[in-house]
Parts: sequence; structure tokens; C-alpha cells
Amino acid sequence: MSDAMQEIRASFFVECEELLESLQDGLQAMQDGATDTETVNIVFRAVHSIKGGAGAFGLDQLVMFAHSFETVMDELRAGRITADDNLLALFFQCGDLLLDLVRAARDDTELSEDQLAPVLKQLGEAVDLEPEDEEVDPAEFTPMALSLDLPGLDDMADLAEVGPPATPRYHIRFSPQHDLYTSGNEPLFLLRALRDFGQAQITCVVGDVPLIDKYDQAQNLLTWNIELESDVGEDMIREVFDFVDGLCKLSIEPMPQTGTDVLAPTLPDLDPPSAEDALPPLDTAPVDPAEPDPPAPEAETTEPAPPSKPASATTESGKSGGNSTAPKPTVRVDLERIDRLVNLVGELVINQSMLSQSVALSGLSGNSQIAAGLDEFQQLTRDIQDSVMMIRAQPVKSLFQRMARIVRESASDVGKTVRLRTEGESTEIDKTVIERLADPLTHMIRNAVDHGLESTEKRLEAGKPAEGRVNLTASHRSGRVVIEVSDDGGGINRPKVKSIAEEKGLIPPDQTMSDSDIDNLLFMPGFSTASEISNLSGRGVGMDVVKNAISSLGGRITIVSDPGKGTTFSISLPLTLAVLDGMVVRVGTETLVVPLSAISETLSLRAGDSRTLGPNTQVVPVRDSFVPLIDLGTELGYIAPRESYEGAIVLLISQENGDRAAMVVDAIEDQRQVVIKGLQDSYGHVPGVAAATILGDGQIALILDPIDLLTNASGRSRTETAPSAEPETAEVHP
Amino acid sequence: MTSSDAPKDPTTENGELELLSFRVGESEYSVDIMSVREIRGWTRATSLPHAPHYVRGVINLRGAVLPVIDLALRLGLDVTEPTERNVIIVIDVDGRSIGLRVDAVSDILSFASTDLQPPPDMAADRSHAFVSALTILDGRMIRILDLAAVVPDTHDVAA
Amino acid sequence: MSLEILAVDDSRTMRDMLRLTLADAGMTTHLAEDGEHGLEVLSGITPDAIITDINMPRMDGFGFINAVRAQEGYRNVPILVLTTESSADLKTRAREAGATGWIVKPFDPEKLVRALHMVAG
Repeated sequence: MSDAMQEIRASFFVECEELLESLQDGLQAMQDGATDTETVNIVFRAVHSIKGGAGAFGLDQLVMFAHSFETVMDELRAGRITADDNLLALFFQCGDLLLDLVRAARDDTELSEDQLAPVLKQLGEAVDLEPEDEEVDPAEFTPMALSLDLPGLDDMADLAEVGPPATPRYHIRFSPQHDLYTSGNEPLFLLRALRDFGQAQITCVVGDVPLIDKYDQAQNLLTWNIELESDVGEDMIREVFDFVDGLCKLSIEPMPQTGTDVLAPTLPDLDPPSAEDALPPLDTAPVDPAEPDPPAPEAETTEPAPPSKPASATTESGKSGGNSTAPKPTVRVDLERIDRLVNLVGELVINQSMLSQSVALSGLSGNSQIAAGLDEFQQLTRDIQDSVMMIRAQPVKSLFQRMARIVRESASDVGKTVRLRTEGESTEIDKTVIERLADPLTHMIRNAVDHGLESTEKRLEAGKPAEGRVNLTASHRSGRVVIEVSDDGGGINRPKVKSIAEEKGLIPPDQTMSDSDIDNLLFMPGFSTASEISNLSGRGVGMDVVKNAISSLGGRITIVSDPGKGTTFSISLPLTLAVLDGMVVRVGTETLVVPLSAISETLSLRAGDSRTLGPNTQVVPVRDSFVPLIDLGTELGYIAPRESYEGAIVLLISQENGDRAAMVVDAIEDQRQVVIKGLQDSYGHVPGVAAATILGDGQIALILDPIDLLTNASGRSRTETAPSAEPETAEVHP
Repeated sequence: MTSSDAPKDPTTENGELELLSFRVGESEYSVDIMSVREIRGWTRATSLPHAPHYVRGVINLRGAVLPVIDLALRLGLDVTEPTERNVIIVIDVDGRSIGLRVDAVSDILSFASTDLQPPPDMAADRSHAFVSALTILDGRMIRILDLAAVVPDTHDVAA
Repeated sequence: MSLEILAVDDSRTMRDMLRLTLADAGMTTHLAEDGEHGLEVLSGITPDAIITDINMPRMDGFGFINAVRAQEGYRNVPILVLTTESSADLKTRAREAGATGWIVKPFDPEKLVRALHMVAG
């Protein structure tokens, strides 16, 4: 496959994803009651286009399945069947399978027959047709069928091989009817095409043409006789006349080879050309079909065709590429190029801040011209950065559609009727965030269907509709994207959750806990509420894994549950993984960045503000409550605990569940946007640290993950993450 | 990327082997030159909380975050505080870049792979766990580092 | 002389393939993604032939052919219908709608180029 074809193939798969998206939209609309032709057409077209493209790349399995699907859609379109719930369910299933097939084809694999067979069978039943009968469209082989009308041909071909090599000759009689001209066909081009096949002697019978005043366009007046010597085969010759079939009188007959005695007697079945046709009558004139005026007076034997393409074909192809009308003002760009741009802009941002710092250090910032220039530079840098980030942003729609499938599959697995409602599908978020959100979101959706919603019987008992609801929404909220998964199930069974946590030793027995504390137990490692492991969510993966996945994206997850009414999980995510608004602080000799989104306020402690609550616990009063004090320097192992917190600078950190902590730092240095550099790939996860960044002086500063730090700071983790815990065994290499 | 695999067992390599030799304390070590990306002067590293003691921290390598291992600490040798004269050898191990802080770079040495010998079995000596082969040059013993053993993998350091 | 072709198809993949095929054959290609868009593009060019898909949003191939044929300058412009359906029924319908010929998808690039030469020179 040429590079260009490879590229088209790659873009075909992208298009497939888009088509499948509109297919899902269409099916969803149908499920919501749409019955208009256009909706059905949208679905039909999506399947149809996938089939068309798949055919071009020889993706047979995809073509076969799309064809079966399309056949049923066509029946629906024609109103011969109706889209009841069963059929819609089948269509959704087909849509899912089609997606799987597209993905498989993209990866150069196929699905197993077992995966397709049941659905194909249902499709067949839906239209009461055997799928096999659908496969072959006999009309596609029309030219072959026609050639069967000439049984002698095969014999001739065999004999031709035995005899001396000679070019087959055909006699063609072609008289166009008026309709041929109105259909946009042009005899001249057909004759030229014939001439391109070989040696052609073309004569035009003009005797019937009356004088101009009696000329009637609607009459069939001209007839051409062509003697063609060519080895392209009769099929090719018939193909020339394919479009004018029925619009002309046409006969194509093989002729005896000139100068060969072998063939002539062996063609008894074929009528020899009539004398009238073979011999040009007096009133015929040979024509050069290259001339636009067929009844040219010059008698001239046609000669072998000149090259049909001009020599400048290659340069024109270049030009024609440029001439193409762009259907949409969009470009498809390799993601790597965008990432490179994102990185470069990141460098630019760092460079800009380094420059600002140098200017400040050299005392030049007093120069208003330089200061203004720098301001402008900073603004431009930020604008460029925002624009570049927007390139990576994508609507969450594709993600939501995947979840629609998860809901269907999970619901059918556990035998519940569930309806998914989505909202805010056009909300945009960084592509990487979308990709990495798929797994946690899948898990949450399964949880909602499996655990969140009650069984149908219980719902009916509670006076709820049998059909459970799962809502999936996305929205922008103060510079972040919030994704919510909610269900109208029974809510979190708090006494049960608490007793399970106690059983598992996650919490001491009889501890007094707030509702929200109990709800948050779900996020503890190793917690699972299902008393029996169900097929869906009980795979040993708990909500703690979901929480970690969200945290690694710089996101937070919270729960709100209303007993008897349902549960809502909210995920709040940064718009981009590339930059962050942060507060630059100093702790000991280290400089750190704290995400601004985590800081609710900054305070300076006065004497006596901090109170000792336990051996390792101190609290400070913030308005009317006490907030635990966390000394960042000690927490990170940078400095020893300080004697007094008098005058200490405190960042008040608020968690999304309302919990707060006061984080002690030595100084606040700056507040600015920083470029996020992952630590994960180069080093690994560091507790309490989200990532790193490069400051204006070229030094690396760590970006804190305050919530992670606070969660792990409660004494428990200190022992787990104690330094120098590297096991000796890790060093033994055979 | 096969260069990073080479130092694991250089004795299987045929023909010439080029080594970058350097000093750590009083000892001389070397690594396969194919795994060396660059050598740069010491800059202050940003320390990582909860990191193993031999991880000095991370430095900015032209916009990338580069973890730096103090080789003396890693090998259990006497440690001096880093000075301006120290260097960081940036190596590639299994597709990851890691900086090794050493005292000074000495030389580039060529050996026939047949000149290399396996290290003696001295399990008690911690520093030998990181040596994949030895050779003698002008009466000096040159130790070839097993880079894969020196560099902790991300799972080991993740708490 | 290179042929100037207007190709109308709602599938991006198909448009890409048409553009590639026609460019390789030295033809100048204009692309449109449905009938209405095709008419818009047509207002600015004089193609030697038109290739159109049938099943398209907004204005389908039949509607498009009708609209083209209704214009004085395009009464006889060759129009090839591009379709996956190759039934005789479709050919009849295509012809009734005023198409000159038809190409079955997935098309054989050589055959498409031959067909274009056959209808447009």
C-alpha cells in the first residue's frame, strides 16, 4: 500500500469513530422516540459509509458485518420493519460490535466468528432473510453474465492459444438513441476509448441524416461500425458501453482472424458479420473519432492510439492536489507534532520567566520600556500557551458514548433495566485526560449499575420506577472540569459500610464517624461493599484504584449520598495536564509549588495560635473551628520540627469533602503559572508530590499534591513511607 | 535500544568494548560508552521526599526532569559532599535516563571482550553486587558497573 | 488537457480516495461533502464531469443530479453515480435521475479513471 493509501486508511479509522459516534447519537434519538426518516438515515449512512471505506481497504469481515447491519437498516428505512425495543437493542449491540470490528481492523486483526455469529443470526431473523443470500449481489457481475450469452467464446480462446498468436478482432455496431445524448454520454469518447484498446477502423453511417431543416434530434440517426483489433477481451469492450446499455443499439461480435484458417471454421455458433456491415457502403465515411465532428469528409484509417494522457500528468497531479476544494476548514495533525508544540511552549514559558527574573535581578525592571515589553511578552506567551492547549482539548462525547455501552452491557449482565442520561457532552478537556479517564469512569459506571441501583423488585417496593437511572454529566466549573456520575438507587448503606470497614480492620470498632467519613471509606484500599462478588465490579478492583487514577490526573473525587434517593460521585479535573496555577513557597532550602486550587487562604500564626492535641497533633483555630497543623518541612523530611509556630506562614488547604488542614511553610515567594513536568516516567511516584516544574532560575521545584500529602500525613503513612526502606533483596542480581 | 543492555554482560560481546572510566572515592569504575548520553557538571539537585538515601534528587536537563543517583552512596563507599568538580554522567538504562554523580571522569578505555573476567564471588561486599565484570589495565583494577542493578526501577522507589 | 472533476461524497475516506485517484490520473479535483455543498462548489467551477455519492445528508445524490441538470450550463455534463449498491434497480433510478453512468464502491481506481475518460474524454 502506498504511503498516501496508508494515510487514507488511518484517516478512515478516524472517520469510522466519528461515524460510530453519529450512529450512537442516531440510535439514542431513536430510543428516545425519534421516528423521522433523517434519524434512521443518519444511522444507515454511518453503517453504509463504514462499509464503503472498509471495502476499499479489503476489510472483509467489517464489510460483511456492515452489510448485514445495513440490510436491516434499509428494511427499516423502507418501512418494512419497525424499530421496536428488541430491534433497537439489537442495533445498539450491532453498533458496539461494529466499533469492535473497526478497532480490530485497525489493528490488523479480526473478531472470532463466535463473536459475530449470534448477532448476525439475529440480524438475519430481523428481516427474515438468510444472511448468506445477502452476500453476493449478482448485479455486480453483470459483464460476466453477459459474456455467457456467447458460449462460443471460450472455445475460441482455447483454440487461439493453440493456433498462431493473432490479435482477436471484433465487429462492433453502435447506434445511439436520443436518450444517450441526454444522459450526458458522448459517442465520441466511447469511440476514443475503443480506439485506445488497439487498431480500430471506425466508419460512420451518415446516409440517414436529413438536411438540417428536417433534422430531428429525437431520432436515432447515426450508426458507427467499428472493426477493432485488440486483445483486451470482450468484457473490457462491453465495459465501454456499460453506461449506454439500453440507450443504444449495440452488437459486439468476434470476427474471424484475418490470415488464419484455424479459427474461421470453428465458430459455427456465431453469426458471421453481414456483408452489409463488413463492407463499407458507398455512403459511409471513415471517421477519426478524435475529431469533434464525426462526419468528417476525409477518408482516413485510424491509427494506433496516441498516449491518452498528456506528458505533464505528474505536474498536474501536484497542481490538482492544490486545487481541491477543502470540504471543511480543519486539518488533521499527528498528535506527536502537537505534543512537541506543547513542550516547546512549555520551554517558552520557562524561558520567559527566566528572562523576567534576570531582568529583575539586573535592576532593569525600572525601565518602563523594558517592563512594558516584558509584560507584553508574558501576555503573548500565555496566549500562545492557551491556544496550544486548546488544540489538545476534545469534547468528552466519545468518552460518554463508551460509557453508554458500559451501561448497556452491565445492565444486561445483572438483569436490570437502566437508562443512561448524559449531559454536557460537548465539554472539552485535554485528550490525555479523556483517555486516562476511561478506565476509572468505566468502573464507576459499572458500580452505579451493579451496586448503586437496587434490583427491579426493590425499586418497585420503594415506589420507584422499575427503570433505574444513571446520569453522566460534564461541565466547566471555575477553571476545572467536573464530571458527575449519579444514580437514583438506594444510596450508600452507611451502617453496612461501617461494619464492613470494622470487620476488615480498616477502622477501630465503635468509632464515631460523620456520614461523609463513612462514605469515604469506600475509597480505602481493599474495601468492597458487595457481600458477594458480582461479575461486574467485584474483580478485586475497588474505588481506591479509581481514586488513585483520578489523583494521578490531578483530579479529586467526592461522594454525596442520599439514603433511598441515590449516590453522586463528582470528579473534578484540571483542564490540562500541561500547566497549573501555583503558589511558589519555600520550605527549608527547598522551593515547592502548591496548586492554587487547593489553597483556600493564607494565614500568619500568632503566638499561642497552635494548640497541642496529641503527641504528634497540633491544631490551629481558623475562625470557629480547629484545623490540624501540618509542618510541610518535617512532613517531607526536609527539616526537623520547629520549636514554635509563632509567626509561621500557613496555607489553608481545603479538600473537596470539606476537610481542611493548615500547612506550615517558611515563606511564600510567588504566585504563577508553572509548566507541569511528570516525575512518573523518569523516577516514579513520590508520595505527596504530583509532579515537578522548572522555575525561572532553571532549578526544578516539586509540585505538591496537598490532598495526597494530608491523607497520608495522618500518622499511618509515615511508617509506610519511611525513608531508606529500600529492601536489600532489590539489589541482588543473579 | 540495545545499548542499554550491553553493559549487563559485556563478556558476551564480541570484539572491542569501549568503556568510560571514572572515579568514585578511591575506586575506579566504568560503564559501556554506548549507554552514556552525556557528561555534565554538578548542579544542585532538588531533593525528593521519601526517596532512597542514594537518590540525590532531580535536576533540570534541558527541560527534562533527570533523577540523579549518588554512586558513592549507592555503592556503599565513603561519601563526600558534592563539589563543583564533580560530574554527572547521564546514562540510558532500559530507555530511561538517569544521572550518576561521580567524583571525576578519568578516561575512555578500549578492551577486547576476552580481557574481561567475571567478578569474584564476594557477596559480603555490597559494592560488588553492582559489578558485572572486571579487567586489569596497567595494574589498575577497572570495575564494570551493572547499570540495571545500580538504577532502582520505578516500582522499587514508589512507596 | 487535464479533466476537471467535481466529486461529492459525505465520507471523508471516500473523498480522500477520490482525490488521490484523480490526482494520480492527472485530473483536477474539487470536493464537496453533500449535494448542497456540491451545488455551492459547482457555482464557481466548470467541471468536465461530476462524481456523486447517492446517500448523503442534507441533499442526496438524486436531488443533487436533478438540481445540476436543471441548470442550463449543466444539462449534458457527465455525471457518474458512486454507490455501493449495484442493483439493476439502482442503475435505472440513477439513469432516471439523469446520471450518465455509475461506479460501484469500493471502486477500482483504474476503472474509475477509464469511466471518466469514457464520459468526459
